[in-house]
Amino acid sequence: MEKIMEINHAGYSYHTMQGETPALYNINFTVHKGDFLAIVGPSGCGKSTLLSLLAGLIEPEHGSILLYGQKLFQKTGGTIGYMLQHDHLLEWRTIEKNVMLGLEIQNKLTPDAKEKVLNMLKTYGLYKFKDARPSQLSGGMRQRAALIRTLALEPEILLLDEPFSALDYQTRLTVGDDIGSIIKKEQKTAILVTHDLSEAVSLGSQVLVLSKRPATIKSVVDIAFPENISPLERRNSAEFKDYFNEIWKELNDDE
Amino acid sequence: MSEISLAQQKFLLNQKKHRQIVTISRLCIFLLFWGLWEGAAQLNLIDSFFFSSPSRVILCAYDMLLDHTLFTHIGVTLFETITSFILVTVLALVATIILWLNKKISETLEPYLVILNSLPKSALAPLLIVWFGANYNTIIITGISVAIFGSILSLYTSFQSVDAEKIKLVQTLGGKKYHILTKVVLPANIPALFAVMKVNIGLCLVGVIIGEFISSREGLGYLIIYGSQVFTCVHKQILYSVLL
Repeated sequence: MEKIMEINHAGYSYHTMQGETPALYNINFTVHKGDFLAIVGPSGCGKSTLLSLLAGLIEPEHGSILLYGQKLFQKTGGTIGYMLQHDHLLEWRTIEKNVMLGLEIQNKLTPDAKEKVLNMLKTYGLYKFKDARPSQLSGGMRQRAALIRTLALEPEILLLDEPFSALDYQTRLTVGDDIGSIIKKEQKTAILVTHDLSEAVSLGSQVLVLSKRPATIKSVVDIAFPENISPLERRNSAEFKDYFNEIWKELNDDE
Repeated sequence: MSEISLAQQKFLLNQKKHRQIVTISRLCIFLLFWGLWEGAAQLNLIDSFFFSSPSRVILCAYDMLLDHTLFTHIGVTLFETITSFILVTVLALVATIILWLNKKISETLEPYLVILNSLPKSALAPLLIVWFGANYNTIIITGISVAIFGSILSLYTSFQSVDAEKIKLVQTLGGKKYHILTKVVLPANIPALFAVMKVNIGLCLVGVIIGEFISSREGLGYLIIYGSQVFTCVHKQILYSVLL
């Protein structure tokens, strides 16, 4: 399968006047087209830092991150979509204007693109709310709107930073299901960062387990479920528990 | 329409009563103030030469209306206040954007802004007149000087309190500083801008009146000074100006 992204020996530290805090150390992995990578790790281990690196928002201090063989930093130009922890829909814009924000910023607001986004709103049940304000929507709907805003730029890779953590448990399951199937349907490559192991197993095709800070990749668990079963169905299958336990053990195994 | 329940009726009635009481009470305070003042003046409880009285104020206003001086004075002050208000708003916004764009500039200038803001601007007014001459411009500059530094400081503070994650959002969508400013920071700060404007209109009026105190031949500030020096229609003019 086609190699999209390559992370070679990437490392990053935070600097303050008080000193240096290493966050990531010697990270290596490769992303292929169609992968759904889930990254789990203990809290505060630098998961979000890793996503910022992958999004090109910050530059690695060591090693390199290559997108199609090219160095990636501050030129994501729509090829990488980043979905933040909270939806951050802007209250002074309608839902339609909110999902068009990326297109607007990149000067890509052509009638064609607009049409496409409106179609996405229709497909994912938000069309009748297109003139509503974000505060009028439920948490799940807001998260879907945030996903559409990210997908509007047609990114090659989708980065998800605990996108469900702000939702209550029930909404979380359904939205996880929703978003999982949307990503599958749009045939996107995705990298999900989460601290919820069952979320990682139910959505991912591969789970990367990070160590404590400074984080490095401890192990990689391949997840193999039959094609075309939904994240919820995965949760009910027999293998689910085994994967869960395997990752749990990796995560808590301090050598 | 469905029938309104008894409890709802009672609630509506209570609300109506509440509003009525508030309105009537406001009116009562208003009338009581004027009534007591007029009464005290009529009964010679206060010396109406120094304290004036509502009827004399109205008469004086009527006289000035007849010789067309009232509206000239009000107009001049209004013009000066609004001009300095608009200039303060525009200048403060531009300055804040510059400070926001460049952290080095903002950190360098911050202590100076605080100092300038705490200067007693009314004490500066005589100097301004020496520097810029006795004309409209000086009075407008006085109005600006009273309001501008505080406006910049408070606008800059609210510019900085914009959610960092929202800025990150724009960056993840490929936006540069310009986009962060126009798509997030400016729209998020419109309420703050309005709050600053509300304070400024009052401050500008204060500044303009101070300017007029010191040097002018027109305007409400001039009326007040003129009144207090000449003691003719005086006190009434003072009070009238203050009431405005």
